[in-house]
Amino acid sequence: MSDKSLPRWVDVGLLPLINIMAAFVVAGIIIALVGENPLEALSVMVKGAFVYKGSLGYTLYYTTNFIFTGLAVAVAFHALLFNIGGEGQAAMGGLGVGLVALWLGPILPPLLVIILAIGGAAAFGALWGVVPGYLQAKRGSHIVITTIMFNFIAASIMVWLLAGMLMAPGQMSPETDRFTEGVSLAKIHEIAAYFGIKMARSPLNLSFIVALLASFGVWVLIWRTRLGYIIRATGFSQKAAIYAGHLPARYIMIAMAISGALAGMMALNEILGVQHRVILNFTSGYGFTGIAVALMGRNHPVGIILASLLFGALYQGGAELDFEFQTITREMVLMIQGLIILFSGALAYMFTPWLARFFVKKEAVNG
Amino acid sequence: MDDLWLQFILTIDATMRVATPLILCAMAGIFSERSGIIDISLEGKMLMSAFAAASVAAVSGSPWLGLGAAILVSILASLLHGFACITHRGNQVISGLAINILASGLTVTLGIAFFAMGGQTPMLAKTERFQSITLPAADWMSAHIPLVGSVYKEVISGHNLLVWVSLIAVVITAHIVFKTSFGLRLRAVGEKPEAVDSAGISVPLMRYQAVIIAGILCGIAGAYLSIATGAGFVREMTAGKGYIALAAMIFGKWRPWPALFACLMFGFLEAVAARLQGVSLPMIGEISTDLVLAAPYVLTVILLAGFIGGAVPPKAIGEPYIKER
Repeated sequence: MSDKSLPRWVDVGLLPLINIMAAFVVAGIIIALVGENPLEALSVMVKGAFVYKGSLGYTLYYTTNFIFTGLAVAVAFHALLFNIGGEGQAAMGGLGVGLVALWLGPILPPLLVIILAIGGAAAFGALWGVVPGYLQAKRGSHIVITTIMFNFIAASIMVWLLAGMLMAPGQMSPETDRFTEGVSLAKIHEIAAYFGIKMARSPLNLSFIVALLASFGVWVLIWRTRLGYIIRATGFSQKAAIYAGHLPARYIMIAMAISGALAGMMALNEILGVQHRVILNFTSGYGFTGIAVALMGRNHPVGIILASLLFGALYQGGAELDFEFQTITREMVLMIQGLIILFSGALAYMFTPWLARFFVKKEAVNG
Repeated sequence: MDDLWLQFILTIDATMRVATPLILCAMAGIFSERSGIIDISLEGKMLMSAFAAASVAAVSGSPWLGLGAAILVSILASLLHGFACITHRGNQVISGLAINILASGLTVTLGIAFFAMGGQTPMLAKTERFQSITLPAADWMSAHIPLVGSVYKEVISGHNLLVWVSLIAVVITAHIVFKTSFGLRLRAVGEKPEAVDSAGISVPLMRYQAVIIAGILCGIAGAYLSIATGAGFVREMTAGKGYIALAAMIFGKWRPWPALFACLMFGFLEAVAARLQGVSLPMIGEISTDLVLAAPYVLTVILLAGFIGGAVPPKAIGEPYIKER
């Protein structure tokens, strides 16, 4: 591929930027076609995401979800696995949180329950990731198809449990009882108030910090440990990994377990941070968006945090569209998301030859 | 007894109606994947074409124009998939996913812009849809001939045109893929593209033809949902049917007749689940319909893992073809 000859800053910085721009330009054209002003829509979204009171908190709250699901996709990508099962893994993570919180909440001290619930989210997510990993590694089933199927199976299990044995008594909607008082991750504005700082109310909670720690953890894991090195080697060349004495099957499963655990931890934000009970469909597409986040962030934690911030802003700003416009709504964000995946994923190298003509020649002249 | 029999044939009738879009999409998947292009965008193409069909039928009053629009839009989505995967050698799963998400957002956005009804399209009158066709003498047969007569009336008669189209599509797919030279090239391009290339046949052209055929079939499936069984477009109306069709195609091991069987089986499970809602069976008790609905996915996972026969995809699937120079 000719992209190798591009200067690094062009490959890592300029090319993704051009791809995002292309997505926004197409979205802008569609907005213009339905009869609204794209620049006005953009300004509403930027204000809605950063300027209005409390909006930054909401933006970072959405960002938290995307960091988790983006990291999940990235870790699997490093082993050359396409984990498109983030939705299912996150849903199962929510189940893990719920089971721990509901069963141990009344017995153990809250802090211990919270720690165990975090473990529950990771464990259940990991389980829902490692089974497709096993089927890929040992039985040769295509991981993409298996994880798609696992999303649907998880959704069915959640409906079955939440409308059945886990449904709160005397309640008509499919959701569990509320968790015991204190079994929740504190909101950032509450913590700020404790220290005497006034902050606007928002659902932003401690899982944001957990997400940042997880990002650092993934960086250490992938680039600074032996395990991460082997995972990348497995992804780079299975033959080489075998030659070096590593068993790819084992590392495929480990990579998928870590990936699933990260996706499962998305439930911390929604379930332990905001809802304080398990509800249906709380994953609402964040697992799929994780793919866009990982693609844009080039599978690197720093890139993923930045891409998550962009998507967080899109989601929060998109909600604002509903109030300001007649014809464009938050579904516009879904459309932009699709375009971003198209341009920075499937068509990632469409602009490469054009950029190569521009930059490679220049380098040659300099050198 | 009579009542139980009627219940049974009504379930079979419902199976046909549920299975139709699955059959069309599964055949679409066979064309695309046999040529080496993974197609998880069946769902998105069906959703876009359902929207196009309902919109055009509502405006023009003609279901035929609606069907035409559906096919056109679905082909355009296929060409986008082809542009990304064939021309630019992009990742086929990512491209499919992008089309699915784009379809979800675009249909609602355009729906609100066109009709201002929260993403739905106007309810269609009877003449604006494909109506059910009562075959000759259905009532007479059911009144005079026991069993066969009721099967004729409930199961065979009373379907709309597109149900029949889906069955014809299976026959045609089976013929094209396995009995024509085009089909031979199609399969070869999905197994060993370099061999086809050295025989002087263009790999990209073959693959573009395959995804266009897939587009046509998905377009018909979308039209079926919104202007044949349904009376308008509702947001997210495909509700995962594209993925079930994908599962059925794999379950049928990328072959038309077994895929038809899988679609009917998955359709039957859904029809049964709808009938069992809240019903308590003797000996077994109440069956969870949620778990019955998950059965197609579980079965597909088990099959793919090789526990019941195994399914081997076309060899060159998912790999962009790079011509040697």
